[in-house]
Amino acid sequence: MNIDWYIVLSALLFTIGAIGILVRRSPMVILLCLELMLNAANLALVAFSREVGNQQGQVFALVVMVIAACEVVVGLGLIVAIFRRKLPLDVDDLRELRG
Amino acid sequence: MEAVLFFLAAIGATAGAIGVVAARNPFYSVLALIAHLFSLAVLFLLLTSAFVAAAQVVVYAGAVMVLYIFVVAYVGDASEAKWDPVPGQRLFAGLLAFFLFVEISAAVLSSALKALSTKGPDVPAGFGDPAAIGNLLLEKFLVPFEASSVLLLIAAVGAIVLAGKKRQGTPGKGTPPRATEPASVKEALTR
Repeated sequence: MNIDWYIVLSALLFTIGAIGILVRRSPMVILLCLELMLNAANLALVAFSREVGNQQGQVFALVVMVIAACEVVVGLGLIVAIFRRKLPLDVDDLRELRG
Repeated sequence: MEAVLFFLAAIGATAGAIGVVAARNPFYSVLALIAHLFSLAVLFLLLTSAFVAAAQVVVYAGAVMVLYIFVVAYVGDASEAKWDPVPGQRLFAGLLAFFLFVEISAAVLSSALKALSTKGPDVPAGFGDPAAIGNLLLEKFLVPFEASSVLLLIAAVGAIVLAGKKRQGTPGKGTPPRATEPASVKEALTR
């Protein structure tokens, strides 16, 4: 398969993740959609690394996976903290910072 | 053969992504994301990056998703309201996403990168296997590698601080132990 197929697939997956972030309101599902977008970026990185025949893009993809793991850990910690305080798990209700 | 595998994995990845967005129960969203990650691992294998595919399955679909499932089981399925809080939110989200897809695709495909419509150059047999990636990580990218390990440590400590249990009845603080459900978000936050 040519590389452009992978790139278009990566754009499609990124778009689906963006729809999820725009539409869903549960912070857990929003984190999952963020994972979708990061994975789409990973696919693009690996595809471009294959295109130029250079393995450094795969190292970038690994670092993106590390960042995603950190983000998941902190995000899930926040969700547990929100749940412990008996606040609603809904990003439209948690609007204290909006002023 | 390669085309068949690509389209199977692409359909699987897209279906998993749609499942993540569409499922009402967060538990099913997590399961759909696991299917999506396995399909992506197949795509990585097709792109001759074996180590990234293995790390995807072991780290992502194994460890991170287990963390998700534990938190979903702890919090329970907080079902969302079915109505749109902002009128027309889904319509506008769909429109925006469609234009985003068109824009990304057009930007990449018209970028005059000659090798985009090829399979890429022929690579030697060890391309993307653990030895090659390990050499890169420990020689050329040693500083980012160590920095990411420190970042993981900081994230773990931060998660413990965020989600850990507060000590009840610490001396000097006049806050009563949490007894009743807070009346509002503000009251709970200022507690």
